[in-house]
Amino acid sequence: MSVPDLSVDLAGIPLRNPVMTASGTFGYGAEFAAHMDLESIGAFITKGLSLEPRAGNPPPRICETPGGMLNAIGLQNIGIDAFAAQKLPFLRAVKTPCIANFFGETIGDYAKMAARLDAIPEIAAIEVNISCPNVKKGGIVFGVDPASAADVVSACRAETTKPLIVKLSPNVTDIVAMACACADAGADAISLINTLLGLSIDLAKRRPTLANVTGGLSGPAIKPVALRMVWQVARAVKLPVIGIGGIASASDALEFILAGATAVQVGTANFVRPDAAPRIVREMGDWLTTNGVDDVKTLIGALET
Amino acid sequence: MLTESFVLFNTEISPGYRRMRLLVSEAFVRKAAPGRFVMLRVNDSTDPLLRRPFAVFDTGAASDGAYFEILYRVIGRGTAMLSEKKKGDILDILGPLGKGFSLDDSAGEKLLVGGGIGLAPLYALARKLREASSTVRLFAGGRVRGDILCADAFEAIGVECRFTTEDGSIGERALVTQPLVRHLESLDIGATIYACGPEAMLRAVAKIAACRAIPCQVSLESRMACGIGVCLGCVVPGRRHSVRTPDFRCVCAEGPVFDAREIDWKMSQ
Repeated sequence: MSVPDLSVDLAGIPLRNPVMTASGTFGYGAEFAAHMDLESIGAFITKGLSLEPRAGNPPPRICETPGGMLNAIGLQNIGIDAFAAQKLPFLRAVKTPCIANFFGETIGDYAKMAARLDAIPEIAAIEVNISCPNVKKGGIVFGVDPASAADVVSACRAETTKPLIVKLSPNVTDIVAMACACADAGADAISLINTLLGLSIDLAKRRPTLANVTGGLSGPAIKPVALRMVWQVARAVKLPVIGIGGIASASDALEFILAGATAVQVGTANFVRPDAAPRIVREMGDWLTTNGVDDVKTLIGALET
Repeated sequence: MLTESFVLFNTEISPGYRRMRLLVSEAFVRKAAPGRFVMLRVNDSTDPLLRRPFAVFDTGAASDGAYFEILYRVIGRGTAMLSEKKKGDILDILGPLGKGFSLDDSAGEKLLVGGGIGLAPLYALARKLREASSTVRLFAGGRVRGDILCADAFEAIGVECRFTTEDGSIGERALVTQPLVRHLESLDIGATIYACGPEAMLRAVAKIAACRAIPCQVSLESRMACGIGVCLGCVVPGRRHSVRTPDFRCVCAEGPVFDAREIDWKMSQ
């Protein structure tokens, strides 16, 4: 049998394979160049960008939990100006689509960011973050209400012709309502899930482990929740869905694809192994070969229930 | 750099403290400068999920390659799992990572100040400084005798050691900063301080150095997820930090060794 076809089309962006790296776990890309071949993965997503640089939350910002970790980084980033001034030469040299994740404090900020990113040719698509749980004005206020989410998406849609991905929070009662609102407002793809809001307590100190008190849970612990939400959303919207949540192996990634994801994002696993994403690509090819599947696209949404 | 390496030994050297030697490449050893660190995976399951950071304790030539050592305290689940590794087991190493000590070539004395497991990065440093024929003194403190680690190893390379314990079971019954201050008061040549240990000790040492305008480098410890500067989980407040204008430094990528003046010691109390 010939080499299996791993390529997918994500809202008009051709990807060499469906494995991307998630925002906040991959820096601005260059940080990983020493640890892996960036041209072996489908795409990578930048750390969430904002109009102004942000210093983030006070420490402690992270703690480990069973099968996962909590973080409250607080959207620390260098800001769009520094990004545009410093990071583009690197992106130009890498033949892998770079997707810019961004957020704002107001709908106006979101629109301005969409316009700024639209003007950067090195950016293949933009991913709007309405789902950071660690900053009150970091998007979550828009990410838990379908009407507010639709307002953000419409405002961004008006400013860009690039593929517009909306990254959803799982911290909602009805994920399908959120996805449908974003689809109706002009999104080109839906990515989910961001972290689940959690709390860790240091019993000896009788204090929260994180300075921010609560944090976002990520890692293998959240995979079943993410899979369920991806499955629900993929059945409800016609847009491509990007699965995120605890993906650390090719089998994890393929489960998301069966559940309806066109592509996936590897997040926390990048912290454990900087070469996690290329390993998943390799293992995915091996799995398809072993199982006689010649095109990964045939698995998208192929879950039998 | 990701490496799989064989455990050569993993020995308890004092109650609750162990020294582990791993077989690595010569290229690895060349990068393992004093003050740098590695991220070790204690098993290949998802619990614990994250790697654990350990300072470079020592490096050297082995019969079939090169070796690298860590010194660690068994303090939580991760280090408990590490303590069970036996000769021949394979460990997954990411590193060496971070920014180590800068070795100035000034003529003054090199004063190493370590508290408990904070001695770990100071031995590799002491060796390097002794190779350059510097006068090296170690001020090592702990709560009890068992916290004073590898004293004979330091003495064997010509480091003059002074010990303090909180219970007086070895050395002076004092905090490690007390003999340090006495020594600085008697010293009529220049000195550089290199310190690693608990935060309260580092804060006190940084203050002592600042008052006397002595260069001081500190090796910081922090909870880390990635070790390569992307998760931004391990930050500490820098000297320009205020609530209105935050200034955070990434311990793994900008450190773990910092000029003590670069750190905001007030906020970290």
